[in-house]
Amino acid sequence: MAGSEVRRALIALALIAAPAWAQQSSLADVQLRDPAKEAQAKALMATIRCVECQGQSVGDSDAAIAGSMRSVIRERIQAGETPDHVRAWLIERYGDYITYDPPLGAMTWPLWLAPVVLLIAGAAIARSSFRKKGR
Amino acid sequence: MIAEAGLAALWLAAAMAGLQLLLAANVVYSAREEMVRAIRPVAIAQGFLVALAMLCLILVFAKSDMSVKLVVENSHSAKPMLYKLAGAWGNHEGSMLLWVTILGIAGAAVAVFERRLDQRTLSATIGAQALIAVGFYAFLLIASNPFARVFPAPADGEGLNPLLQDPGLAFHPPTLYIGYVGISVAFSFAVGALVTREVGPAFARAMRPWVLGAWVFLTLGITAGSYWAYYELGWGGWWFWDPVENASLMPWLAATALLHSVSVLATRDGLRAWTIMLAVVAFSMSMIGTFLVRSGILTSVHAFAVDPERGAFILALLAIYIGGALALFAMRVGTVRQGNVFAPLSREGALVVNNLLLSVILGIVLIGTLYPIVAAGFGVHLSVGKPFFDKTTGPIALGLVVFMAAGPLLRWRRDQANALLKRMTWPVAGFGVALIVLVPFAWGIGVLPLAGLALAAGLAVASIAPLWGRNLRRTPLFTWGMVIAHLGIAVSLAGMASDSAFTKETLVVARIGEPHAVGPYWVRLKGLRPVIGPNWSAIAADLSVTRGEGGAPFILSPQARYFSDPPTSTNESAIATRLDGQLYTVLGQPDPSGGYQLRLWWKPFVTFIWLGGAMVALGGMLSLIGRVRRGRVRVVEDYYA
Amino acid sequence: MKRALLWLPLLLFAGLFALVGFGLLKPANRTVRSALTDKPLPDFTLPALLPGKPGVAKNGYGGGQPRLLNVFASWCLPCKAEAPQLMRLKALGVPIDAVATNDTADGMRDFLATYGDPYQRIGDDKASKVQIALGSSGVPETFLIDGRGRIVMQHVGDIRADEVDGIVAAWRAAK
Repeated sequence: MAGSEVRRALIALALIAAPAWAQQSSLADVQLRDPAKEAQAKALMATIRCVECQGQSVGDSDAAIAGSMRSVIRERIQAGETPDHVRAWLIERYGDYITYDPPLGAMTWPLWLAPVVLLIAGAAIARSSFRKKGR
Repeated sequence: MIAEAGLAALWLAAAMAGLQLLLAANVVYSAREEMVRAIRPVAIAQGFLVALAMLCLILVFAKSDMSVKLVVENSHSAKPMLYKLAGAWGNHEGSMLLWVTILGIAGAAVAVFERRLDQRTLSATIGAQALIAVGFYAFLLIASNPFARVFPAPADGEGLNPLLQDPGLAFHPPTLYIGYVGISVAFSFAVGALVTREVGPAFARAMRPWVLGAWVFLTLGITAGSYWAYYELGWGGWWFWDPVENASLMPWLAATALLHSVSVLATRDGLRAWTIMLAVVAFSMSMIGTFLVRSGILTSVHAFAVDPERGAFILALLAIYIGGALALFAMRVGTVRQGNVFAPLSREGALVVNNLLLSVILGIVLIGTLYPIVAAGFGVHLSVGKPFFDKTTGPIALGLVVFMAAGPLLRWRRDQANALLKRMTWPVAGFGVALIVLVPFAWGIGVLPLAGLALAAGLAVASIAPLWGRNLRRTPLFTWGMVIAHLGIAVSLAGMASDSAFTKETLVVARIGEPHAVGPYWVRLKGLRPVIGPNWSAIAADLSVTRGEGGAPFILSPQARYFSDPPTSTNESAIATRLDGQLYTVLGQPDPSGGYQLRLWWKPFVTFIWLGGAMVALGGMLSLIGRVRRGRVRVVEDYYA
Repeated sequence: MKRALLWLPLLLFAGLFALVGFGLLKPANRTVRSALTDKPLPDFTLPALLPGKPGVAKNGYGGGQPRLLNVFASWCLPCKAEAPQLMRLKALGVPIDAVATNDTADGMRDFLATYGDPYQRIGDDKASKVQIALGSSGVPETFLIDGRGRIVMQHVGDIRADEVDGIVAAWRAAK
């Protein structure tokens, strides 16, 4: 029993240590020195979709490609690019799917208009119910 | 043998549900009211039989009977007992069986305890409930039999997704399902009332405890689910606007609106059509939620048991129930007498605005969640996530907080603007003071967090204002409930705003002995060691932590875990909870230079998010107890009733 | 007018039903494709990973000959499954270059010794920078770059045995 536990522990060590190729020159999990730029990079990461795990942003994913994207984002922000510029650069490569913040366009204006329409409809319902009942 | 017994019990329960439907229809359409007496034992039998079936499934899982297909696919003999039991509902078939079990027991409870409604409306309600049950029994027996055997029986099972092997998550589905079923009972009451056109205070009083109960469980489910995502996914986020999270939020929003409008109907006999509509919407949202989670039509982190064919079955049920109810609504609600009238500036007025804002948020979440499907129809691949939902629902939610603060301070039917302004003095002062304190110290935190913190302060003051100058011992329980629930929202809002405004992050490659600062803490890596669990093994990092340079040190041990069945690795964060926040530590990858990646966060007052959620649920519970007790003992008519 | 409005919720629900029904019948394709297909190769330069094997750069393309650019890594399992197909492509005369993501020289040497070496050039893409610049979302992926230096095709995932002929045909067509 004890023997098998030790073996399992060794396997675990081996497996966890396996990706020793990991990101040397990568900024995946290294903060930028300038806190303002780091904040910009963090905010951008939260809006970029991880293309491997798909349900998460690259800002909170363990997938390797998400780490690479964090690294690319930090590097470009550090080099002085604006977050919007970096986002545009990523959209150019992966399409609109990459951003959780759908850019306003032919396909997305109904989406962005929906909250306004709903608010107006709500106000109309409220008004009509007050007027009718106030009579 | 146990599996066959369970299947037999399930078939019998389905037969009882069918019988219940026939009896109820008979009472409603032939006015043979003596049949009502037959409905009760049938409903009790149904509840008993379906509970027996669920018990059989749990037994099969407890014994790790590997000749049952579901056990093979979702369990493993090496799993801890708690997760073996949780495995019974941690999968599609089992969770649907749990659904109908709760539904059956709830149906029996309505049949036994409900005395306020007239016999015909009660029968119509029980009939609607039986109709829902029949659909789900058909779904289970035709498309997802939980008791199917497998031959030959394999030596062992395939295990349960390690992310789900967590005590919090073992209880997460039952909590949400109790909420969903409670909503279905409210829906049945609404259908029953539409069938007999008895939409009035008696109906609202009968429905209210079920709405309250469902809402308490939905609140608990969302709060617990959020905390689970927070500590289990290992990145410090507590809400991702993921489709599955949205699926649980939408019924909650509808139930919250329903809860308030049913109160207006019960006490003031207003908002009749609106209450019926919200009951239908709330139930359709809980079914759409189930559908989105089960069908896998949207990409999600949390989609654990996905099957498009079963999605089609749920969709068909959805069409029958919701389509039918909405058609009934369109035909009948025009003949329902208008409720009492009220002025725009009144408690009812504030509740109407509140309900509409909740519905607008619900609409935005629904549209945003489904929009990628619309776009896919046009061949466009896009994502809608956190930035969209934050920008659109954030400001509306803050507006909602303003009405929430004012609502309880308004009088029923008609109020004076001056009087309201006078009553709002202290809440506005709270808002102002918070703003004055925050602006100079925390100017960089952004408009929404700043507004959130200041509004939370104002709402907190406004929430407790109804207790001002009252004899606290004689204050009814449901008034306490309202105060605590509203205060809980303020606490939760403060936690959210504080987390987004003041969180400190440190990412380091830690080498043994080196100190790293995060917020007020110093963290040193002392060493690494292997850890053996029942069905996993891990590397644990021992971190020695001190608050400030000279504080008393304590140890945190985040782990990187490896599960063998199925092979998966997870991060186990280690969290130190203090009164003023949490220190959150995660062990990451080893670094080629010999150190280990550490992710450290100091999150001031982040616990307020879930503490507030728990307070909201507690408030709901107190209201529920107050209402049920009041149903028995007459209490003096109360200003805040 | 008022009566007609009462049917509006049912109408909205019917729309919602049609929408999710549509989503269920026609599940969205989850493959994330590069948006650079039919566009020129982006500018990049990658140093060599192994001595004696040149690195990869944009100026190596567009010289009139179409080439395959294989994004892969020695630590990736499907890449091992793909290796025989790449060897066949090489035997058929298709020139193949590699972007090695997050790789080490030792790992790569072992991989090539075990699974064969179909590559003319191997670029060392340390933090997957070039992989992302190409709009690739995983390993392995294979891009076909035509004689004018444009990306004409992206193959996501490992190349299966029955897909080799199609890739050869596409390579011929890109001349």
